[in-house]
Amino acid sequence: MKKKILEFLTEIRPEFDFAESSNFIEEGMLDSFDIVSLVASLDEEFGISIDGTEILPENFSNVDGIYQLLIKNGVTE
Amino acid sequence: MNLKFHNKKITGILTVLPENEVNFDDEIDNYDFSRGQSMKLKLIMGYGKRRVVKEGTTISDLCVFGMNYLFDKNLLKKDDIDAIILVTQSPDHFVPATSHIIHGRLDLKQDMICLDINQACSGYPIGLNQAFMLLDQDEVNKVVVLNADIMSRKVSVKDRGSRPLTGDAAAITIVEKDSTDNIIYGSVNLDGKGADALIIPAGGFKMPSTPETAELKTDKSGNSRSLDHLVMKGDDVFNFVQKEVPPMIENLLAKADSSKEDVDYFMFHQPNKFMLKKLADKMEVSYDKMPFNIVENFGNSSGVSVPTTITYNLGEKLLTNSYMICIAGFGAGLSWASLLLEMGNLDFCETIDFN
Repeated sequence: MKKKILEFLTEIRPEFDFAESSNFIEEGMLDSFDIVSLVASLDEEFGISIDGTEILPENFSNVDGIYQLLIKNGVTE
Repeated sequence: MNLKFHNKKITGILTVLPENEVNFDDEIDNYDFSRGQSMKLKLIMGYGKRRVVKEGTTISDLCVFGMNYLFDKNLLKKDDIDAIILVTQSPDHFVPATSHIIHGRLDLKQDMICLDINQACSGYPIGLNQAFMLLDQDEVNKVVVLNADIMSRKVSVKDRGSRPLTGDAAAITIVEKDSTDNIIYGSVNLDGKGADALIIPAGGFKMPSTPETAELKTDKSGNSRSLDHLVMKGDDVFNFVQKEVPPMIENLLAKADSSKEDVDYFMFHQPNKFMLKKLADKMEVSYDKMPFNIVENFGNSSGVSVPTTITYNLGEKLLTNSYMICIAGFGAGLSWASLLLEMGNLDFCETIDFN
């Protein structure tokens, strides 16, 4: 699942190395439009709808955070 | 606050769209998106065609055009109008009230009530609430609710957050007394602490427009706008809507002793496709019950988007059928409001072009 998250991140912002970053938001790698694109991709890929109240920048600051968000929204490994 | 109204009904809705159509594909170079990102966001957000006014066209022009259309078609008589409520954030002038300008241009009777309400995306349920309250007066039998906004004039051409979504429009809704024991349920809520989440900083008495307020400045997201332009904290607004709207609807339905299954359509404000789909998912409402096709066809016209959703999606169906409809608006203020009502057998329900 983490590999897929990294794939989507790289697809959205190919100019950044997300594997090397600890905070995508603080380092300016993702803005709100990127998060919208990422949520749409994750929803489609995993057949879920990430809860709108959880679409907050702090939940998208690293791969582990996004992974936890997917687990919380019903995705299983 | 919960509201409840007896013996009132909507008898007609007309949406007036400016004839000038702008296509997102023609504007892509204005925004700091890659082409791939633009195409993806087009699908997700619903960027598409927008209707916007030409230079010089005001909301009174759109409203007067629509009212004259109804008079000409004998769908409304001037002397039957006891009140006009205009809901807008883009008045012709600070003084006088634009509803009075419309009153004068239409040569209406003097024995009536005209008032302007400053509300944006919640403006449809809030305007209807006021109309229902006026109808409690013995001498008020018919109220015209006008929703009109031309916010495209206040959005920077280089604001990728708001520009691709913003459209202009006006709508006319006729509200009358009803002899049947028809109950309408309403809810109005606000949080003034969020007033700066959607704001035009300059142009009022607090910060008059000057050459300095007109200077474009670029923010960290790549949007360029001035203090004279509409500024939206997109993340804050998105989260406020997702947090506040579903419980408001749950509460409204509970007050009416109804369930989501009793509602035929959820006609909500149309900020963008993504936000509405997320709301529908959260509320567990099927997409065919909650249309989100207005932004891609006409743009988000603030408080006018709800009547536009009704006339565009139901149109003639509402002339001969009746549906249980839940209306909701949410946005600047911050404010969020809703109504649950039976709507149908209307005298008119259509969308026309301004010219």
